[in-house]
Formats: sequence, C-alpha cells, structure tokens
Amino acid sequence: MTFGWGVFKGMMVTLKNFVTSYACKRDNGGIFTVQYPEEREKEFENFRNFPFLVYDGTPDKVRCVACGICERECPTKCIHIEMETDAAGKPARKPAVFDIDYGLCMNCGLCEEVCPFDSIFMDCAFEVAAAERLDGLVFHKKALLKSNEYFRKVRPALASAIDQKRKAAEEKKKAQAQPPEAPKPQ
Amino acid sequence: METIPFSKNTDTAEMLEINFGPQHPSTHGVFRMAVQLEGEKICGLKPVFGYLHRNHEQIAENLPYAAVMPYTDRLDYVNALTNNFGYALAVEKLAGLEVPERAEYIRVIMAELARIVNHIAVIGFMLNDLGAFFTPLLYAFRERERILDIFEGVTGSRLMNNFFRFGGVKHDLTEADLAEIKKIIARFPAFLKEFEDLLTKNEILCMRCQNVGILSAGDAINAGITGPVLRASGVNYDIRKVDGYSIYNRFDFQVPLGKKGDVYDRYYVRILEIRQSLKILEQALAKIPQGEIMNKKALPYLKMPRNFKPPVGEAYGRIESPKGELGFYVVSDGTPQPWRYHVRAPSLINLTALEEMCLGQKVADAIVILGSIDIVLGETDR
Amino acid sequence: MDIPVSEVKKELEARLPDVKLRAVGNSLLVENPDDLPRVALFLKENPKFLLDYLSSVTGADYLSYLESVYHLYSMAKKHGPVALRVRVPKNKARIPSLVTVYRSAELQEREAYDTFGIIYEEHPDLRRLFMWEDFEGHPLRKDYAQEDSETLEAADIAWLEARGVEVPPEMKEKAKALEAAGQRAVAQKPEKPRN
Repeated sequence: MTFGWGVFKGMMVTLKNFVTSYACKRDNGGIFTVQYPEEREKEFENFRNFPFLVYDGTPDKVRCVACGICERECPTKCIHIEMETDAAGKPARKPAVFDIDYGLCMNCGLCEEVCPFDSIFMDCAFEVAAAERLDGLVFHKKALLKSNEYFRKVRPALASAIDQKRKAAEEKKKAQAQPPEAPKPQ
Repeated sequence: METIPFSKNTDTAEMLEINFGPQHPSTHGVFRMAVQLEGEKICGLKPVFGYLHRNHEQIAENLPYAAVMPYTDRLDYVNALTNNFGYALAVEKLAGLEVPERAEYIRVIMAELARIVNHIAVIGFMLNDLGAFFTPLLYAFRERERILDIFEGVTGSRLMNNFFRFGGVKHDLTEADLAEIKKIIARFPAFLKEFEDLLTKNEILCMRCQNVGILSAGDAINAGITGPVLRASGVNYDIRKVDGYSIYNRFDFQVPLGKKGDVYDRYYVRILEIRQSLKILEQALAKIPQGEIMNKKALPYLKMPRNFKPPVGEAYGRIESPKGELGFYVVSDGTPQPWRYHVRAPSLINLTALEEMCLGQKVADAIVILGSIDIVLGETDR
Repeated sequence: MDIPVSEVKKELEARLPDVKLRAVGNSLLVENPDDLPRVALFLKENPKFLLDYLSSVTGADYLSYLESVYHLYSMAKKHGPVALRVRVPKNKARIPSLVTVYRSAELQEREAYDTFGIIYEEHPDLRRLFMWEDFEGHPLRKDYAQEDSETLEAADIAWLEARGVEVPPEMKEKAKALEAAGQRAVAQKPEKPRN
C-alpha cells in the first residue's frame, strides 16, 4: 500500500461524517446537539438526583414520621432531622426540622431505599443552583416538601405502585378496625 | 518539597529535572511524574501519587457494607458498574450469597457495556494525547452517549450508577431496554469499522505508536500488570476466562493478544476486545431468562442495611475490570461494618512498569505511553 | 481453580523443613517473617505451583498485631490463589520486602507502609505513597487519632496570623488550653454508630 493511503482513508471518514451530520437524522449519524435550555432531552423515569419529601394533599400532611432511618443510613450524613413535639412535650411523629445538604449529598438513592414510610424519594430536578456555597445549598423542610401530584408527574410508574400499596394497606387497616363486637378490655 | 530518589545522578549540566503535572492536561487527572531529561530523552521517571487521596478504605471501614457501594462508583468513575461488580462479588463470597440467574445476566450485560464505554473513551483520550485533537474522541463519545442513555434509564445515573446489590441488582431490565441495547449492538460494528478506517492504518498513528513503550511479557507478569496492557504483551490472561466468575464461563469469546507489547498493540487489543464484548452481549441477550433479580434471602437487607452482618472471615473477590484486575479484599468481624477493606486497584499497579516503558523515549512519547496504560486517578489515589 | 492450602503446606514442609507454617482459614501463616522471601521464591519457581504473579499486598490491623497479606496467582498455570500472611507485633513491624521476588509489590508495599506503618526491609524506595512526607501517624491503624478540623492548635494559629488572618479570641483560648494540657486537637470518634 502506498504511503499516505491510511491518512487519505481517514480523511474520507471525516468528510463522510461532515456530510452525514447535516444530511442524516439524529439517531442515524446526524448532529445530536441539544440546544439547552430551549430544547430538552427526554427525562428517564429512573433518573435520580436529589431527595425530596412527599406530602398528601396539603403540606401539613407529610408522610415522614421523623423516624430518622434515612438520617442514620445516609453514607455522607447529609440529612438532619428533628422531631416535632406538641404542647405537652410529647413527640408528634412529624419532622419539625428536615434539612438536606445538597452540597454533601452524592445522589446514591439509599435514603429512598430504606424509608419504610414511602416518604423520601429521589427527584429528577437537576437545575439546582445557589448563590452561596454553604448555606445556599442546605435545603430546609419547606423547600423539600413536594406534593404527591408532583411525584406522580416525575416518576409515574413508581408513584402509582406506591399509591396502590398505600391504598391496600389503608384498606387492610380499615378492615381490621371494622369488627365492632371486639371485646372491650377490662 | 521532597526529593525524588532517581536512580541516576542529576548533577551533570545536560540533565534536567522537570515535573509533569499534577496540573497537566494529559496526565488524566492530578497525577504527577517527576522526569529526568537529557535533551528530549527520558533518563528517569518516578510517578508521584496522592493528589486525589481521600482514604477510601477508611471511609468504607466506618460504613455498613451496603453504604460502601456508592463509594466504589467513585473509584474508577469511567465505569462504575464494574467496580460495583467487584465489590458485590467479594461481599457475596464472604456472606455466601447466591445470585439469581436473571440478575447474573443483567450484571454481565451491564459490565460488558461498561467495558465498551471505557475502551472507546480510552482510545479517544489516547489519541487526544497523540495530537489527533478531539475528532476520534468525539466520534467515540457519540456512541458512548447512547450507552450512557441506557445506563441512565436503567440505573438512574449516567456515571455513578450504584446499581449492584448483594445478591442481585437494583432494577430490572425491561423489554424496551433490551430492545434498545440490541439496537446499539447492531449498529456498533459499523461504527467500529469507521473508527478503524480512521485510525488503524493511519501512517501518523503507526509511526507514533509502533515500537513505542515496549513491555516484554516477562516484565509485565513480574510487575503485576493486568488487563489490556498485559494482553498486548502477549500473555493470555483474562480473569473472565481464568476464574469464570459470575456466568462468564457460559459464553464463547476469545482473548485477543498483542505481539510486541507496544502502544499500538494496546490500542488494537482494545478494539478487538470491544468486538469480543459485543459477542458476549449478543449471547447474553439471546439467553437472558425471566425471573427474580434479587436473592430472597438478601431482600430484607435492602430495607435494613445494618442487619447485614457477614460471618467472621475474609474474602478476596476479583474481576476483570476494563483497566485490569480489580480486587476487593474484605475482612468481616461479624459486625455491620467491614473490619478491613482493601482495593487492589489496577490503575495503580499498572504504573509499576511506567518507568521502564518510558526510559530512552522522547518526552512526547511518555504522554502517549501513559495514555495507553489507561489510568483513572480516582482509583489510583483512592 | 483453587489450590488447597494443605497441599501447598505439605509441599513446603517437605522442601523447606525449617520454615514454620500454620494454616489459618484458607491461607498460610508464615510464623517467622524472615522466611517469607524464601517461601515466595519457592512457590514462584516450583514447577508444581509456578505462582508467578503477586496480585495483592495489603496490611491489616488486628489490635494486638499487624498483618501483611499476599495473594499469589499463577499466570502460567492459571490457578490460584494462595494467600500468605505474616504477623508482626506493632512496636516491631518489620517484614522483609518481596520486591526482589515480585516487582508488583513495589507500590503496594509502599501503600501498606504508608497506611499501616509496616516497614518492608530492603525495599528499594520505601517512601509514603499517598500522604506527604511530614504526615504523622498511619491512618488505617485502628488507634489512629483523627485531627479535629474545627479546632485550631497553637501552631495553626501562628501560621494563620503570620499570613494576616484574624483568629477569633475564643479559638485562641481553646488552643492555649490545649497546649497547656499538652494535648492535640483530636476528633472524638463515636464508640459505636448512633441509634
């Protein structure tokens, strides 16, 4: 083979790519640049970024009972929870403080996995920016709370599975509470 | 400033001591080489580590077993899935956990996709170091992007997958995912042909890579070199074949070997390995059975990671990661945290022979040689 | 392909009768560290084993002693592993280096020296691998005291003030109290995980 043939062949490849990038469709060798933020890529349901808290209906009906399991299992210890107490000082099974430091969080999704109350889930939102490095990235309870409707919108399959599970559990609970002739304790 | 103990004396007027890195675009991160030069010829070279050290092993020793999994992603961040694989294998060996059939197939499929991603990225970056500025790299990244989309759809993240669990995997592959993977595999040979047209016979690439950084088979074995670098030197040693871990012994594939052990062979062995990975993927996709993706015995530990207490003992699990042999040495004392956790990082140990590959070569060649070894600093420095 | 430990032990005892060996789990403990290079060389060159590839070298801290563990494989015969281990007391942690037998030990022994303080004798270049030269202590030992990053010591304050940084007075007082007590600012490790 004559010297320079390999370089020539390589040049033909680049020429071909130059043409196809304009002439072809996106998944067939064409340009696949996305003009963010005007255009957006499709989002994957499984995609996880930062955790958020789910509430049903109104923001005061949080599912979280401040048990602290996610706080304990978080590998980077980026979650901080304090339980609310009522006037008598009794724990109210509700978080008074729920902070997540997004600067520390490494998006592993273990909190979602260990939560027994279907309360904390991973969000798809990735446009999280703050003007401050330290306090700006600590998200408090108010910012973390998102409605079940939002959850259904971003992760439809998981949300509907969770809803079904919760509904079934509620009905079971109701059915157990039903029998009125239960013997009264002495 | 510490002194680097070079084997030769630097007091002559012609000898020059310079530092490559830690901030240098072609050291693939914060890696430093202290180099002794005579004109443009390299007379001595000592790698200096530790700029990305975060004591990964101690972090792991203070966490429950399951919580270490996301940290292993950050070792070799180009292919987190194979790191997960190695760690899961070691802990399953320790705890005596079986993995269901379907999960094994999913593991193999994901690991081979990760290998393809790694190899094309490495070839692209190596050519970047050579001076083929970004054209091959972007062609490679175009294909890589499709595979990363699969990773994102299945595992939830493009790079930090955190996908493997002890006794299975986290998510199942849906029919749509499998169809998408099949589509990628079907179009990959055409891309590889184009890539090879661009590079393999290119005279400039041949001149820069052939007979550069030669490593003999004997030296490679003695220095503990593994992975494509070892096989480019002509040693037939692939842990997928030798150990047959997971279900690799069920697949039919060859181990591509180089002849000389120079940079060109390392490039070409990687191209051939991508072909073999595609072959494994085809077989795995044809044979993947239906069924569970988690071992029932391990299921409760997903919810309560602190209840996972492997029996007292130790295990050494190793896999063929795209960089070489990735080993995890885990010692359990019966508590939820490992007593001792050690990573045998291929990127670090493959650098043992860096000096002898570079001696007598020009400065520009040292960069190509480093690119052909394929290091990731997250794993080298841990 | 695994090699049974008993087989290796039998062969070694027959050929090197003065080496004391003990099977520990699935590995061989070489009782006297000085015998290690001989054992390794024998296993490397014996045609029955041909363990020509040293995969992993690592240290481990078992409170009363330090341990160095070696995993040997054979590339020629494609079998392994044979795990060798050596135990040394903490105050006299000296083990002969295996670099003369296997070059792959070079960086890994440096790592074990760095993190555990095991001194590998006759290693050609025994320096710290990850930490800097003046670093005190060996971070993977169980008794390693981690520095408290939030408390400043007198030396830190002097360093900061020399560069024109103002240090709050309460921090200075704390540093003075620490210095007077002859203590260092050490992070309190929780005895066990919370909850």
